[in-house]
Amino acid sequence: MDVLNALITFLNFVAVPGLAYGSQLALGALGVTLIYGILRFSNFAHGDTMAFGTAITILLTWWFQSHGISFGVLPTALLALPFAIAATAGVVLLTDRVVYRFYRRQKAAPSILVIVSLGVMFVMNGIVRLVIGVDEQNFADGGRFLISAGDFKAATSLAEGLAIKSTQAITVITAVVVVALLFWFLQKTRTGKSMRAFSDNEDLALLSGINPDRVVQVTWIIAAALATIAGVLYGLDKSFRPFTYYQLLLPIFAAAIVGGLGNPLGAIAGGFVIAFSEVMVTYAWKKVATYVLPESLAPDSLLQLLSTDYKLAVSFVILIIVLLFAPTGIFKGKSI
Amino acid sequence: MSRNFFLFAAMAGLYALTGFLLSWNVSLSILNTALLATIMALGVNMQWGYAGLFNTGVMGFVALGGLAVVLTSAEPTPDAWAAGGPGIVFGLLLGAATIAAAIFAWKRMAAGRLRTLVLLAILIGGFFLFRAVFDPAVTAVEANNPATYGNLGGLGLPSLLAWPVGGLFAALAAWAIGKTALGLRSDYLAIATLGIAEIITSVLRNEDWLDRGVKNVLKLPRPWPVPYEVNLQQNPAFLDFTTRWELDPVATSTIFVKLCYTSLFAAVLLIAIWLTERALKSPWGRMMRAIRDNEVAAEAMGKDVTRRHLQVFILGSALIGIAGAMMTSMDGQLTPGTYNPLRYTFLIWVMVIVGGSGNNWGTVLGGLLIGWLWLIVESIGPAIMGGVTAAMADGPLKQHLVDSAPHMRLLSMGVILLLVLRFSPRGLIPEK
Repeated sequence: MDVLNALITFLNFVAVPGLAYGSQLALGALGVTLIYGILRFSNFAHGDTMAFGTAITILLTWWFQSHGISFGVLPTALLALPFAIAATAGVVLLTDRVVYRFYRRQKAAPSILVIVSLGVMFVMNGIVRLVIGVDEQNFADGGRFLISAGDFKAATSLAEGLAIKSTQAITVITAVVVVALLFWFLQKTRTGKSMRAFSDNEDLALLSGINPDRVVQVTWIIAAALATIAGVLYGLDKSFRPFTYYQLLLPIFAAAIVGGLGNPLGAIAGGFVIAFSEVMVTYAWKKVATYVLPESLAPDSLLQLLSTDYKLAVSFVILIIVLLFAPTGIFKGKSI
Repeated sequence: MSRNFFLFAAMAGLYALTGFLLSWNVSLSILNTALLATIMALGVNMQWGYAGLFNTGVMGFVALGGLAVVLTSAEPTPDAWAAGGPGIVFGLLLGAATIAAAIFAWKRMAAGRLRTLVLLAILIGGFFLFRAVFDPAVTAVEANNPATYGNLGGLGLPSLLAWPVGGLFAALAAWAIGKTALGLRSDYLAIATLGIAEIITSVLRNEDWLDRGVKNVLKLPRPWPVPYEVNLQQNPAFLDFTTRWELDPVATSTIFVKLCYTSLFAAVLLIAIWLTERALKSPWGRMMRAIRDNEVAAEAMGKDVTRRHLQVFILGSALIGIAGAMMTSMDGQLTPGTYNPLRYTFLIWVMVIVGGSGNNWGTVLGGLLIGWLWLIVESIGPAIMGGVTAAMADGPLKQHLVDSAPHMRLLSMGVILLLVLRFSPRGLIPEK
């Protein structure tokens, strides 16, 4: 019986990675949910928008590195991030102008807009692969660990170490700052308020003189910023590969739906629900169990519920459960 | 009418041109693959064109069709069955029984804390029971000569029989998905099918006992009338034919085999078109379109919209599953690593939209046209890129551009889809 070591193992392999991954998913789901709330369609191109933003960030990072510019202990990518956000926002605004605006004026059905977003996804996917290729890219530099396992063991003289990668810390801090800024913007500023009004009731918002084009533009810019930040944080924490980003679409949508599509608070909660379920279901609990259980009961097997190859299945099952029992999500979303 | 005739003639001209300029071998193999994609597109057209259902999981149903070929027509491996077959079957039955018991408890017990607890107990207990029976059996099967087998093997039945089985598998999966996601917002079906497709392909990639995973199942038998080239080259009647017409026996045998596939696939396609056209022109088809155009009105007329949607979703998916099985039996192997959503889901969608959603002939045209475009670029894309960059100095940029030729396909498909949606949203041959 060794509760302390069990707790540290749990923190090291479940809580910390889950928290970081949850923050990334929450930022992604926020983008999806904002687009859904204001433009009223599920944007299938969001995963590839994330990939695009990240690809630009990686290119800028390489360029900075080749000029010897660095950000000290922080990854150079953070320095490149604002420029990449601007570039992504520009591209997204251009697609809105060239592609989506036509259907918005037509008041096209949501499923038509979804197909249109599929087309945009194809194009973005192609561009990303043209620009940076299909291979895996690691672009994290700067300090590796905030706390390394060895230091932690030496400081506490416990058998288990707790490692916190600097990218995990950066992810969580950035996510908190971004979410705080977003909620301040939505609740306090005039533009944010008009966005919420537009989301609640489009006709009433138009009647009270809100400029719909401006609302849509601001929404796209915020969505592009959220997508780029989420993509870069995910890429720093793990690695960048265009296909992985396409696959992130499922957990991100699952997160947005679990929380209630169109509800920003729900998107954050959904992100953490999905992330923690995924990590907990695919983690091998043997080590934790060995510490907690008496020696005679120590398990032989890995105590892993599902192999990590099936982590997508976790988001899918949660999605199905929510669709069956609470189609509007935990926090009441917009529609069933 | 004359316009449609011209469009089909132009399409046939493209294939003929490919045959004359490149080779008939290439032209026929593109045609075969495009025919399969066209059958899949007909399935999507039933779902989207007739009923307005948005299925982004085409790849999953195609993969299930492929799995059906392995399970029905691969050669049996009795050792693997002896090692763990009954255990795996019993484990799967236990899993199914757990889910059935959970649904039964949910339906029969009064809502409340007791029901939640019973449900959790059934699910958690059932899961551990399932793993306890299933895992040892899987280990035993996978340990059986993993270099060549390591899987349960199939039943050794003819490959043609696997096609309807593939349809059945896809229909069952569609039923499960449709039951949960239909009747909700239209986007939810899209997301749920996107998910199930990824899960089906990851099961195929990782469950070695089922289909050897990424080690691929090779040497699947060919469907009934299609001969093997080697046998053909030793067949006196065939050699007689080639000498009389002064043809090269080796090249002719490959073309003959491809022609056999072409006629098989074309037969299935024609049957599928005949059935779908009949369905569309029947009261059932008119009802489906009425539901698509105004669900509320259809419901007011006493139509069970969700049930009809489920029906057409299952039928369309079954057609996709059949085409998936046909594809695997033509390839003669199941390669789970090659199932890619862009190729097997979204390309099919481009075919339906470009051809004209709601119109079966339009879908056929779109399928053959886009299929040709997609595959011809694979053959001649690098050459085009080489031509474009010929004037450039050798260097990393040129290399990058030449290497990136395959990605141009994605880009061009996206642009085509967007252009058609914008300027000709009803497609090349619009719905009547």
